[in-house]
Amino acid sequence: MAVSRFWREIPQRYNLEGNQCTICGRKYFPPKHICDSCRRESIGKMKKVKLSGKGRIYSYTVIHTGSSMFNLQTPYIMAIVELNEGPRITGQIVDCETNDVKIGMPVESVFRKIGEDGKNGTIYYGYKFRLVK
Amino acid sequence: MRDVAVIGVGITKFGELWDKSLRDLTVEAGLKAIQDAGISSDDIDALYGGNMSSGLFVNQEHIAAMIAEATGLTEKHIPATRVEDACASGGVALRHGYMSVASGIHDIVVVGGVEKMTDVSPSLATDALATAGDQEWEAFFGMTFPGLYAMIARRHMHEYGTTKEQLAKVAVKNHHNGSMNPNAHFQNEISIEEALSATMIAEPLGLFDCSPISDGAATLILCPLERAKEFTDKPVKIVASAQASDTIALHSRNDICRMDATIAAANLAYKQANLRPKDIDLAEVHDCFTITEIVAIEDLGFVKKGDGGKAAEEGLTQIDGKMPVNPSGGLKAKGHPVGATGVAQAVEVVTQLRGEAGKRQVKDAEIGMTHNVGGSGATCAVHIFEVV
Repeated sequence: MAVSRFWREIPQRYNLEGNQCTICGRKYFPPKHICDSCRRESIGKMKKVKLSGKGRIYSYTVIHTGSSMFNLQTPYIMAIVELNEGPRITGQIVDCETNDVKIGMPVESVFRKIGEDGKNGTIYYGYKFRLVK
Repeated sequence: MRDVAVIGVGITKFGELWDKSLRDLTVEAGLKAIQDAGISSDDIDALYGGNMSSGLFVNQEHIAAMIAEATGLTEKHIPATRVEDACASGGVALRHGYMSVASGIHDIVVVGGVEKMTDVSPSLATDALATAGDQEWEAFFGMTFPGLYAMIARRHMHEYGTTKEQLAKVAVKNHHNGSMNPNAHFQNEISIEEALSATMIAEPLGLFDCSPISDGAATLILCPLERAKEFTDKPVKIVASAQASDTIALHSRNDICRMDATIAAANLAYKQANLRPKDIDLAEVHDCFTITEIVAIEDLGFVKKGDGGKAAEEGLTQIDGKMPVNPSGGLKAKGHPVGATGVAQAVEVVTQLRGEAGKRQVKDAEIGMTHNVGGSGATCAVHIFEVV
């Protein structure tokens, strides 16, 4: 991934910055230019909003065959987390065993290294999630 | 709008075809279809080629013109267009071919689909397939393509009590059907026990819940129905051609246990054809994973939402069942060269409607459906075919 593309996504990946339609109040992550419900009415009326990172597991899987960047981490847990503010988000579940996870469990986001662009490339950081005891 | 018929079909064997290039595969399927239709290359007005990712798989883009050249159409200078919508590329290419004939712009059109996937390592193939999902918000964080469908399966189990045994039944059925298809990637039967004890890929999906990485190509020849009798005694009419879209990321859907793109495309197709789900005699549905077939038969209206697993368990979808699904062996056993799949599904339905499917023939088949999904459901193409 080119460095500029990495930089552009820092607000979302580091700070869970989404946005909100100021007409209907619906929140989005990642941010959208246009609200799905209000469409053209929402142009210019979307405002930034920071999400709490707290939510619940909507569905999950344990990956045994990873993509090239993640193959050394297998088995690892991936989930769709439903954030308390509404949007759903895909991320890794960490700091627990693979059989600890169940649908509905509360989680919170943590800031972690995600990967790197080869040996000499950029290190990517972003969100993962851990279970809230 | 003119009625459109399929007058010729061609397909290669699907599998790990190390001795065949992308070019070889398209020529083989293309020439078979041209022969089957009894046309000459002089008759061809246009070509649409479905292909997901020749760029990532064989480092070659711009392959529609290449296919036209390889099949001897160079001097005709026909318009040749590549169509890409991930795993639905073939079905969407068919829709473009259909629209060009229906509109009256072209008369005789070649619709091809091809993917050459085994020239790269399985890990690079996994990366290429993940591009059908959201690169920045799914794959970047470690999500794989089987992982997305595993999350659909987990949620379906949670909401409807679907079991791993029911998923395994889909694989066992499709392997059984594939054992009767000489072009299938896998022509061996498997047992429930084998399916259940397979290596895990993305829990709860094991190896036998996943379609394979395959090479292959398929081709259809379309023409206006009014001209079909010039070429064949057994034309098959396309009575519906529908397509729909949805969010690219799975997590953005309201309910991951259904595919709204499938529901939208199917509703449109039933309306175009003036048919209902119970009128369909057989369907080739997109079983890239066993759970996908279960969700598909629900979304297409063959069973109630949540009953897909039970239907698989009770044999409803077997060749001799009430609603035969994937008599070809499906993506699971026939193989899944992604860009070829949508076209290959149509080849199977046409073969069935002509009564030429041999041991896997569905009895008295007159109306057949194809259902082709891109990504985790961001694109869906549905076609309905009828004996003339």
